[in-house]
Parts: sequence; C-alpha cells; structure tokens
Amino acid sequence: MTTTVTEQAAVRKDSPGEADGPRRRPGRIRRIGLPYLLLLPALILELLVHLVPMVIGIVMSFKELTQFYIRDWGTAPWAGLDNYAMSVDFNAPVGEALLHSFLVTVAFTLLSVGLCWLIGTAAAISMQDTFRGRGLLRALFLVPYALPVYAAVITWVFMFQHDNGLVNHVLHDQLHLTDKPSFWLIGDNSFYALLTVSVWKGWPFAFLIVMAGLQNIPRELYEAAALDGAGVWQQIRRITLPSLSAVNQVLVLVLFLWTFNDFNTPYVLFGKAAPEAADLVSVHIYQASFVTWNFGAGSAMSVLLLLFLLIVTGVYLAVTSRGRRPADA
Amino acid sequence: MPDLHRATPRSPMAPPRSFLWFRRIFLTLLSGFVLVPVYVMISSSLKPLADVSGTFRWLPSDLTIRPYIDIWSTVPLARYFVNSLIVAGAATVCSVVIAVFSAYAVSRYDFRGKRTFTVTVLSTQMFPGILFLLPLFLLYVNIGNATGIALFGSRGGLILTYLTFSLPFSIWMLIGYFDSVPRDLDEAALVDGCGPLGALFRIVVPAAIPGIVAVSVYSFMTAWGEVLFASVMTNDTTRTLAVGLQGYSTLNDVYWNQIMAASLVVSVPVVAGFLLLQRYLVAGLTAGAVK
Repeated sequence: MTTTVTEQAAVRKDSPGEADGPRRRPGRIRRIGLPYLLLLPALILELLVHLVPMVIGIVMSFKELTQFYIRDWGTAPWAGLDNYAMSVDFNAPVGEALLHSFLVTVAFTLLSVGLCWLIGTAAAISMQDTFRGRGLLRALFLVPYALPVYAAVITWVFMFQHDNGLVNHVLHDQLHLTDKPSFWLIGDNSFYALLTVSVWKGWPFAFLIVMAGLQNIPRELYEAAALDGAGVWQQIRRITLPSLSAVNQVLVLVLFLWTFNDFNTPYVLFGKAAPEAADLVSVHIYQASFVTWNFGAGSAMSVLLLLFLLIVTGVYLAVTSRGRRPADA
Repeated sequence: MPDLHRATPRSPMAPPRSFLWFRRIFLTLLSGFVLVPVYVMISSSLKPLADVSGTFRWLPSDLTIRPYIDIWSTVPLARYFVNSLIVAGAATVCSVVIAVFSAYAVSRYDFRGKRTFTVTVLSTQMFPGILFLLPLFLLYVNIGNATGIALFGSRGGLILTYLTFSLPFSIWMLIGYFDSVPRDLDEAALVDGCGPLGALFRIVVPAAIPGIVAVSVYSFMTAWGEVLFASVMTNDTTRTLAVGLQGYSTLNDVYWNQIMAASLVVSVPVVAGFLLLQRYLVAGLTAGAVK
C-alpha cells in the first residue's frame, strides 16, 4: 500500500500539470467541509464498532438478559439496577467472585506494568551507547512483542506443563529447588505463570517506546552535564529519567489499560476456565456472560469496569499533568 | 529522520566499570529470558513426538522435519493462514488509508470539534473488549438481518472490527508525524495548484513514509494476533489462525511438536516483517507518538 502511494507520487512529480487539471475543485463549501469529509470514514467506523455497541452494552446492563431473550434482546424485561446490585453485593457469591477477580487483576496489573516499565527502561538505557552486537540484541529483544500472542502464549503453556515442561525440568530435575514437580497452570502458581508470560510479552513495548523517547533528548544536555563532572549514573538520574517523564506518562497509562483489559494472554494460557488465583476480570466477565448466559449481568460488570478505568485514567492524568505545561498533557 | 544507528551517545567520556558490568550482566540475563521460549519453540518443532511427550530435553534425540509436514493435515492450517492473511491485510490497508485522511485533517485544519474527535478516538482504547463484544455481535446479526450484508461470521465483519482496533493508535501517531512535516511544503504545493488531496499524497504522505510503515506494521500485528473476537465471530470457513491453532490441543494426544511447528510457521511472517521494519517503527514513534 505504502509503496504504491510513493510510486504514484514519484510518477506524478515527474509529469506535473498532467494529472492536475481535472482534480482541482476549488470552492468554499468544499474547503470548509473538507476536514469533516476526511474524518468521516474514521468517525463512522468508530461509531459502528465502538460507540454504538458501547451504548447498547450500557442499555443491556439494565435488562434481564438471559438466554431466553438473546434471540430478540429488545424484548428482554427491564431489570433496573438489579444487575448492578448483584455485581456489587460482595456478600453473595457473584459479587464476591467479581471482587476477588478485580483485586487479582489490580495486583497483576500493577506488578506487570511495573516490571515491564523497569525492564524496558533499563534495557533502553543500557543500549543507548553503541557497542558490538547492539543491533542484533535489539532485534532479539523485540521478538516477544512481534510474536502473535497465541503463538507466544502456547509456547509458555508447553513450558509450564507438569510432566513434560521445561520449567519443572529446570526447577525440579536440574536445580532440585522443589520437592516434587509443581503445577503452574492451576492453583496458586498460576498467578506467577500469568505474570511471567505477561512481562515476557509486554516489556519490549516499553523498551521500544523508551528507546524512541531517548532519541529526543538533546545531546547538549549530556555534554553540559559531562563538563560539570557528572558520571554516567548521575547523567541517567539527572537527565535521562527526567527527560523521559512525558513519554513515561503516556507509556505507563497505555500499559496499564492494555494489561488491565488483557484477554488474549489469560485466555490462551488457561483456556475458558481461569484458575481462581489468576482470574483476570476480562476473562471473568466473559465467563459470566457466555458460560452462564447472563448477558445483563456481564454487561453491568463491563460497565463497572469501564467506570473504574475512566476514574483511574482521569485521576492519573490530573495527578501526573500537574505542574506541567498544558501543551504537554 | 532519526536513526538508531546514529543515536545520541550519552556522554563523550567512556562509561565507568560499574556501568559496563551492570550492562553486561543485565543484558545477558535479559537475553536468556527472551531466548529460552524462542529456543523451546524452535527445538521442539524439530523433535519427534516421543521427545516432547516425555520429560523435557534440552537437545532433541533425533532431528525431524515431520511436524512441519503433519501440521498441514492435522488441522486445515492453510485455510486459516489464508483467512488470517486476508483479514489482517485488508484491515491494515483500510485502517492506514483512513488514518491518513483523519490525521491529515487534524494536523492541517482548524475546525470545530477537533479536540472532541481526538479525545473520543483515543478514549476508545480504554474500552474493555469484553464490553462491546456481545453488543457488536448483536449489532452485526441485526445488520445482517436488515440489509442482507453478512458481517457476523464473515471475513468482512472481522476486517471491519480489526481495523477500528488499530485506528486510534494509527491516527494518534500519524498526527504527530504529519505535524513534523513542515507546513510550508504543502502550502507551496497548494500555491502550485495542487488540491488539498494532491498536497496530502504528493507532499505529506511521501515525507511521512516511516510513520505510515510503522502504523501498517502495528495494524497488521494487531489483526494477526487477536483472539477474543476471532473466537466468537468466525465459523469453520472463516476461522483465523488465532483460533485455528487451538485445534492441535483439543485432540486426545497433544502433539506439542506440531503445535510448536505451527506456532513458528504463523509467527515467521509477522516477526520477519516486524524486524525488517522496526527501525521505521522506532523512527515513527520518535517523530510522532513520543514527542
């Protein structure tokens, strides 16, 4: 696609005047309408695939939408706030399970985002200067990010197998760290399994963004600091990290939202029924909707999740943007 | 265009030993962490079934390419492959073209609702996919019933869905990239008699090729790797790799060597493309998103 555009552009440049005439349509209306016309395809698609379904989802959350009404969901009776009341009644099984899943997700997200950011930043800063093999190493580091999620996660599923997996072979057979081979994809260990896979898959994105952010730090800053006698560690602390704050603001938010909403990783890792210790909220809601066929409750849970993310994002942006010029925010 | 090979060195002085040692140890450990699963994938795909069914072995007892032959008959992998290629390819082309138009409008024009547009588009990134999975499914079914356009279960529906997934990021990144193309250039083109679209395609787009390549790579990867919507919105004929690959493990015997071979085969196109084009992605991010 992109090459055709360039080629066309190159060809046209060689023969100006030719394609020009008929394409020109001056006129005030067109000029004023043009930006809207250009935005129209994106707007229609966003409306169709995101905004309208979201509104439908919100409406559904107020309905008693069980399998009996799914063929014609408009006829489902209104449920008022029943679905919400059920979701947040933490003394009843449904609410309790949702709260547990939510807390697991929060813990998982904080750990995963923190580790991804730390490893990505450390790697990008380590690779700021040229050294032999840097290009190769950078390509290697990007492989986990480039791999399709299912291919990467299936490989980890194999590694975490109880009888024939690499992890137990190394920890039990070779290092003798455990008394007997552990189960990684069921039980409490599943949380760490999920975290490992998520970090393995996610840190290269942080690496990529920080690496790009490092390019925008002016060389003069480092030279001035070096003249003042600052060593490498001090330069990293005084110049590199502060200069990355605008990049980090967006990076951490994006990582947070992606990790919190991640469905693909737990779904491929555990299948349809996630173990309790790794019951992320997106899979939990999927379960609640598609396995128990209670779409009204599932929608209510999704709306609550969205509200939570909206509030967190709002607070996060307000806090991190304080003291920064509005242009940066 | 910023180039990683000419990156700003941190300091004119040689780094101290502590830093060099930290770097050496850290990067070695990290390489190990990254490499082990990649090694497992490659080595297991070349092992006979006995090797992957018993205790894990670092080295294959016998090298075989049998799994690479069997994967095509165990599940209809070729069909899934073609489906993924069509879906991801079409979603990428559409998404990038639409993003170019939108980013051009935002970058070059002042109009009412501009901020609302960018904020709305970006905030769709926040939506949990699960929130609109079912509504979208119902919407597609209803559109199908009302107009006869089959969106549910068809490749078209999946293309439509996927292209909106990458659209926000693509628009956001291209706005930054287009902003970095001097306005004087397209104003000169307008004076020379190009229409606004002429200026876009002759001046802005060619100057922003790295950014466009970057968003293309991103869009393709997004569509190629998506699991949730693919698992609900496809049927036997339109199934993509993301769902199709699970076919190997539902059998009584789990053919891990075939699973690894198939994973490798479906990864090669995206990983190769990504690694070839990654410098554009970084350059695009540098000029656009992270500015």
